[in-house]
Amino acid sequence: MSGYAMPHDSPAGQATAVPGDNYLTHDRGLWSWVFTLDHKRIGLMYLVGILSSFLLGGIFALLIRAELFTPGKMFLTENRYNEMFTLHGAIMTFLFIIPSIPAALGNFMLPLMLGAKDVAFPRMNLASFFLWVGGAIFFLMALAMGGLDTGWTFYTPYSTTTSGTVVAATIGAFILGFSSIFTGLNFIVTINTMRPPGMTWFKMPLFLWSLYATSIIQLLATPVLGITLVLLTAEKLFHIGIFDPKLGGDPVLYQHFFWFYSHPAVYIMILPAMGIISELVSVFSRKHIFGYRFIAYSSIAIAVFGFLVWGHHMFVSGQSRLAAITFSALTFSVSIPSAIKVFNWLATMYKGSISLAAPMCYALSFMLLFGIGGLTGLFLGTLATDVHLHDTYFVVAHFHYVMMGGTLVAFLGGLHYWWPKMFGRMYSERWSRIACLIIFVGFNLTFLPQFLLGTRGMPRRYARYLPEFQSLHQMSTIGSLVLASGLFLAAGVLLYALFKGKRAPANPWGSPSLEWTCSSPPPAHNFDSTPTAGDPYDYSVNEYSAEAEGYVAVQK
Amino acid sequence: MHESAISGAPHAGGEGHSHGSEYHLAHHFETPRQQFDAGKLGMWLFLVTEVLFFSGLFAAYAVYRSNHPEVFVDAHKYLDKVLGGFNTIVLLFSSLTMAWGVRCAQLGQKRGLTWCLTATLICASLFLGIKAVEYTHKWDMGLYWGQAFAPVAEGALHGGHGHTAWLVYLSIPAALALLGFAVRAVINRVRGRQEAALVAFCLTLTALAFFVGVGLGKAVPAVTSKLLPAESSVPEAAPQHGQAAALPPTQQLVVGDPQAMSGISLTAIFFSIYYAMTGVHAIHILAGMGVLAWLLGRAVRGEFTDKYFGPVDFVGLYWHLVDLIWIYLFPLLYLIH
Amino acid sequence: MAHVMPVRVLVGIFLILVLLTIVTVAATFFPTGSFEIWISLGIATVKACLVAAYFMHLRYDNPMNAVIFAFGLIFVALFLGLTMMDTHQYQGDLIINQPGGMGGS
Repeated sequence: MSGYAMPHDSPAGQATAVPGDNYLTHDRGLWSWVFTLDHKRIGLMYLVGILSSFLLGGIFALLIRAELFTPGKMFLTENRYNEMFTLHGAIMTFLFIIPSIPAALGNFMLPLMLGAKDVAFPRMNLASFFLWVGGAIFFLMALAMGGLDTGWTFYTPYSTTTSGTVVAATIGAFILGFSSIFTGLNFIVTINTMRPPGMTWFKMPLFLWSLYATSIIQLLATPVLGITLVLLTAEKLFHIGIFDPKLGGDPVLYQHFFWFYSHPAVYIMILPAMGIISELVSVFSRKHIFGYRFIAYSSIAIAVFGFLVWGHHMFVSGQSRLAAITFSALTFSVSIPSAIKVFNWLATMYKGSISLAAPMCYALSFMLLFGIGGLTGLFLGTLATDVHLHDTYFVVAHFHYVMMGGTLVAFLGGLHYWWPKMFGRMYSERWSRIACLIIFVGFNLTFLPQFLLGTRGMPRRYARYLPEFQSLHQMSTIGSLVLASGLFLAAGVLLYALFKGKRAPANPWGSPSLEWTCSSPPPAHNFDSTPTAGDPYDYSVNEYSAEAEGYVAVQK
Repeated sequence: MHESAISGAPHAGGEGHSHGSEYHLAHHFETPRQQFDAGKLGMWLFLVTEVLFFSGLFAAYAVYRSNHPEVFVDAHKYLDKVLGGFNTIVLLFSSLTMAWGVRCAQLGQKRGLTWCLTATLICASLFLGIKAVEYTHKWDMGLYWGQAFAPVAEGALHGGHGHTAWLVYLSIPAALALLGFAVRAVINRVRGRQEAALVAFCLTLTALAFFVGVGLGKAVPAVTSKLLPAESSVPEAAPQHGQAAALPPTQQLVVGDPQAMSGISLTAIFFSIYYAMTGVHAIHILAGMGVLAWLLGRAVRGEFTDKYFGPVDFVGLYWHLVDLIWIYLFPLLYLIH
Repeated sequence: MAHVMPVRVLVGIFLILVLLTIVTVAATFFPTGSFEIWISLGIATVKACLVAAYFMHLRYDNPMNAVIFAFGLIFVALFLGLTMMDTHQYQGDLIINQPGGMGGS
């Protein structure tokens, strides 16, 4: 087996400039970025935007955890606390996690993986980014106006009778919805019409399958959120009466409308993450992905089944018994494709040549944390147990395990995997793995106690609690500080690499996928001519070259 | 750089490329065929999102109608089905002219394309004119949405400014457009800018069509109320807000304890749904008109040839969807029996 | 590049659509009871299919486009179907629909 040498730490002070013309140096000046049609630049702008949103949402999270250190008041009134968790949820859901992998990493990598020069509709891509910025501005307005305390779910009739900030937030979410739709539309058309010669559907990298499935959901589900928000705003401003019982309306109908989008939305969050894990597990086991077709089909299955289960958010809202039973049964079905993926990843690792590079550390974390998160979802999908667990910390722990332990961890893994490609720099392996460990420990310390809090009856969205819950809450708060420091460390490692990192070869990890055939960073036009695609998981086509300090094609 | 347009802001026309400017081929596509297929697929996907967007409104309609059918039967009497049917035919005709326009573009017939696009715009404007009359007539009768629902008795309507003030307000944008485009047309003609003058002239006709629509909206019910039997378009004595006495209890549904929440009429919900559905539809018509006007400008400048007609085709698809949605709105709102 | 629609087909389809519109309005003058909505929706669906097949060119296009559109409609049916089922089922649980209304227990 050819030796796989770990990329070693960059010697301090070796700040070599990245030679050659690439997409970063091709055009200079602010306007060349604002009006760019280059998917790589758009992806970068998205990256900066979503990471800033993550920071903002994270600050709210830390404030929440700080307040909950003691059962009584620390520094937030109850109303202010409600605003904190509303903003945390809304910012994290709409501004960070839904766009994160598709818009930042997907935009950058999708055309490269297809050997294409850009996405199908570059102008729409830029419009998508501007819409994201527009939505962000409305959310910031809501922040400044204050008084948004409905929870990110905007349930009626409270949302239609409380402060007017709701309108600013719903307009923001509406605009963000279109950003999401345009991204999804672009990806579907690009994958359908711009695959290179030799890349049939089943020769595509699995990350593209996951983006395709995600885009299907974005296209079908997001418009329903759009109309829901329009009706909510109309209800608030014009009192149309559709959701207000005092006017003959039906608040449960609002929940049906809202969750028809918001449940598939969580699959928008997790599918691209699973796509990244498929890539990472294969590359860092240096072994062909096991069960390619199963993973591909399971992505589509998750997308479709995800539309059948929205009522499981409404078991205690007044939904009928028949609907509750139907949705509960369907909810069990959606866990099956996810489990199929996990088994296939494990099978890929079996007898592979595993190297614990930072991206692989994140991939392994994902499998454990998503496994826990996914399994705890089953308790919530079961009618009898959900009656006790609904609106407790069990739910909070569950979705943080899947969204943060799942999507965020995979996002970090992907970021570390593709960082050399995007910026032409290698980062410190040692410190990035330490950061991963701190994040893993901090995350579990924060959220594992919350499962216990939930089963013992601690309700969610409560600013004050009974003293019996204090020790678990304190554990959770300390965990959040550890988690935050791990995240800051990871950010620091990557940012440091931008200035002091060793120059990256075209293919540092040895993946046969097409994005590694162009230079790191890629040139502005990606490829001189459309490459012919082979099997993206066939590792016999390249080998490690000590002088290139990366992988090069095997000379025949 | 040029790309097949889907929706959104119009952009400047294509520049020359190594493939020949007649194809308007963008740099990231290999062949014109790939670009066309991508554009078409993109537009169909966008239409799916539009269908899902409207589905929320159809869901609200379906839920309320299935649970309160008598409310809907009662409320639809306020809608004039002959006028609605006429509007349906107007939109169907606009679909015909749009499809014809696509055909002209495919054959490189610039004049035909120009007139077809103008005819489509005129039909759209006509539709909106009739809609304006329908809306303002209802507002005169106090038939607003939700909480504002306050039907007045027929007898209280006559006389006074209140009768048509809303119609005047709604007509102001059309009047401004009419004036603006007419002036532009004349100025461009005088300055010798023939193409710009032609576009402005076509848009003047479009603005004019709005007022023709308003006229038809007033004339048609007057004619049909004389010709058609029994079923009058407007109930003789609309129930007073809060009074259950005017109609038998089954016809005016009151929700809740009559003493605590007096006179909440579910008919108000019908109208909320009516305004939401037709209003969102009308917004889509306006957006479509904007894009059609942009297409008209490009067509007059000769940018579409038998080798490059994608944008006409794709905008046509959008327009047909607007028509499709009305094909369902009409029976669901106007023809409940 | 693509199939061109003959004028006579376009005009013919338009006339059929107008005829169907007149039929659907005329049908409301006859008492058809509970079938009324199915007749209206049925005629509307025929009209929609004609517009989609001929005006929107689906009949002569890549079948993928028709599949995509149909797929969207399936999800609309799913949304409407399950929501209607649930709201219908819980009408009986609503206080206002109980005998005795708001005043009773």
